[in-house]
Amino acid sequence: MPDLPAAAAHPAPADPIVDVRGLGRSFTVSEGPFLRRTRRTVHAVADVGFTVPRGAIVGYLGPNGAGKSTTMKMLTGILSPSSGTVRVAGLEPARQRTRLAARIGVVFGQRTTLWWDLPLRDSLALTRHLYHVPATDHARRLAELTELLELGPFLRTPVRQLSLGQRMRGDLTAALLHDPELLVLDEPTIGLDVVSKSTIREFLLKLNAERGTTILLTTHDLGDVERLCRRVMVIDHGRLAFDGDIAALRDSAPAPRTLVVDLAAPTAPITVAGARCVAVEGPRQWLELDANPAAVIAAVAAEHEVADLTLREPDIEEVVADLYRRPAGERGRITA
Amino acid sequence: MRVLFAVFSYELRRFSTYRVATAAGVFTNSVFGVINAMVLLAVFDAKPEINGYVAEDAVLQVFVAQAMIGPVAIFGPPLDLADRIRTGEIAVDLLRPVHPLLWWLAHDLGRAAFSLAFRSAPTFTVGLLVFALPPPAAPEQWAGFAAAILLATLVGFGLRYLYAISGFWLMDTRGVHATAWLLGTFASGMVLPLVLFPDAMAQVLRLLPFAALVQVPAEILMDKATLPGGTIAGGLAYQAAWAAALIAIGTLLTARATRKVVVQGG
Ligand SMILES: Nc1ncnc2c1ncn2[C@@H]1O[C@H](COP(=O)(O)OP(=O)(O)OP(=O)(O)O)[C@@H](O)[C@H]1O
Ligand SMILES: [Mg+2]
Repeated sequence: MPDLPAAAAHPAPADPIVDVRGLGRSFTVSEGPFLRRTRRTVHAVADVGFTVPRGAIVGYLGPNGAGKSTTMKMLTGILSPSSGTVRVAGLEPARQRTRLAARIGVVFGQRTTLWWDLPLRDSLALTRHLYHVPATDHARRLAELTELLELGPFLRTPVRQLSLGQRMRGDLTAALLHDPELLVLDEPTIGLDVVSKSTIREFLLKLNAERGTTILLTTHDLGDVERLCRRVMVIDHGRLAFDGDIAALRDSAPAPRTLVVDLAAPTAPITVAGARCVAVEGPRQWLELDANPAAVIAAVAAEHEVADLTLREPDIEEVVADLYRRPAGERGRITA
Repeated sequence: MRVLFAVFSYELRRFSTYRVATAAGVFTNSVFGVINAMVLLAVFDAKPEINGYVAEDAVLQVFVAQAMIGPVAIFGPPLDLADRIRTGEIAVDLLRPVHPLLWWLAHDLGRAAFSLAFRSAPTFTVGLLVFALPPPAAPEQWAGFAAAILLATLVGFGLRYLYAISGFWLMDTRGVHATAWLLGTFASGMVLPLVLFPDAMAQVLRLLPFAALVQVPAEILMDKATLPGGTIAGGLAYQAAWAAALIAIGTLLTARATRKVVVQGG
């Protein structure tokens, strides 16, 4: 092999598939009774910036009304930004919506693209014409997705008779039959039971691993996040409050770690320096740590007969809840 | 354009699942047609000829009107689009790489085609049989009528598309629809042929798009001198002009709406 300059041997990473800068969207809402109606501007998204590299799975979290869906609408081109720029797959979504549609797959968990009164397979057949997919490719992908998402038993059922979980799997299939580079999911597991959620999560992981499909999802289900996303962004009041990997999110949180102590016999609540007993249940006690766990463990073991010890990291759920609760001013923007 | 054909045939199939509604439609259209025809017969009893119409013409127009109710949907239903704009479901429609107007046109033509075959044809036949009307003989009248039905359907769609997308600006289109149904009923010649209206009023109504829905197709079938330009071709040209104008306005407004559109709901 001839000598190459270092830059060519290690080419710069491909352009990010999503590139958002200074993105903002405000709405004017009229309120109050007819004659005394007042107008107010809501800044649903205010100055959000991030990029998503190809092949990533990124979670976009935030409390209700934070601006998640509004961001997704701007990324998919169905809502034009009030300020800032968006590039998805090199296109400008609001102006090139139709071209972008062929490159991305979108599922809004609360809405369906499927034909309500017709069998699921009819809606799926339509996507072939919608995206000009060659018949053989379509058939192959449909067979694959049917197997992975276990659609077989209800392909012939009218969509209105499907359960929510079945419908969601149908919608996912419809969004993926044209093999998009980027999959945008707005609450894909909303209202699903544990089994359906896990089917969908495992499917998404497989899709990402095998086809390299980039996935950007919003969710209130932190189980989704823990299973799927290495990176999360947290938006609140239209601004990014966090952008980084899950471990950094945990570290950023003051949510305390908990030491669960199983004693040989029930005793009075343990008192040691650097920990506070928060619950007692028979011989089991929960200690909230604010110091080095090693020191606390040593102190507990010295004074009590300990049968077992577990150190619990804060749940991602608690971390995020805590992040939402912090006053906006104090929170600033944490970037890891 | 394969996708539009697919949409057309899915809608055709979707409507074919509503069998009871279809049977009820044929029944009410026929009954209402018979009542309407008897009222008009009483009018013509008093005066045998009004502006070139005799009793048989009026009765034939009544059944043309009853047959057209389905395809042109003068009394609704509104396009599903209206509801989708209100609820924000429009978001998923906009994600498809197809122009919304063409998408909904394919939908509506599917519905209209089903309606024509299973609602219009039976209702019209009932009318001809009950009143023992001799069907028009000339093939150009029938050919013209066939073209007129298609154009009327396009005009009906063009109007309903505009009513529906008014929702992008109004948020509630029920007022628009109610006004439109009322206007459409009278201005189309649906209940009373326009020849029975006072001259000045009839002149004005014949300029509006509603006349293209019933009055003009009926006159084309009967080859009446009251047609625009006095000929079948003139009548078809008038319908085509309105269809083109409405669809052009619809396309323009769609572009504006999607540029400034606010999609409702999370
Ligand atoms: N069409 C609209 N008109 C006016 N205000 C809107 C509109 N759409 C969204 N908003 C406002 O923008 C803010 C963000 O809404 P958005 O739907 O993006 O939230 P979200 O993060 O998706 O919330 P959720 O988790 O509840 O789905 C909210 O305050 C909402 O009231
Ligand atoms: Mg939302």
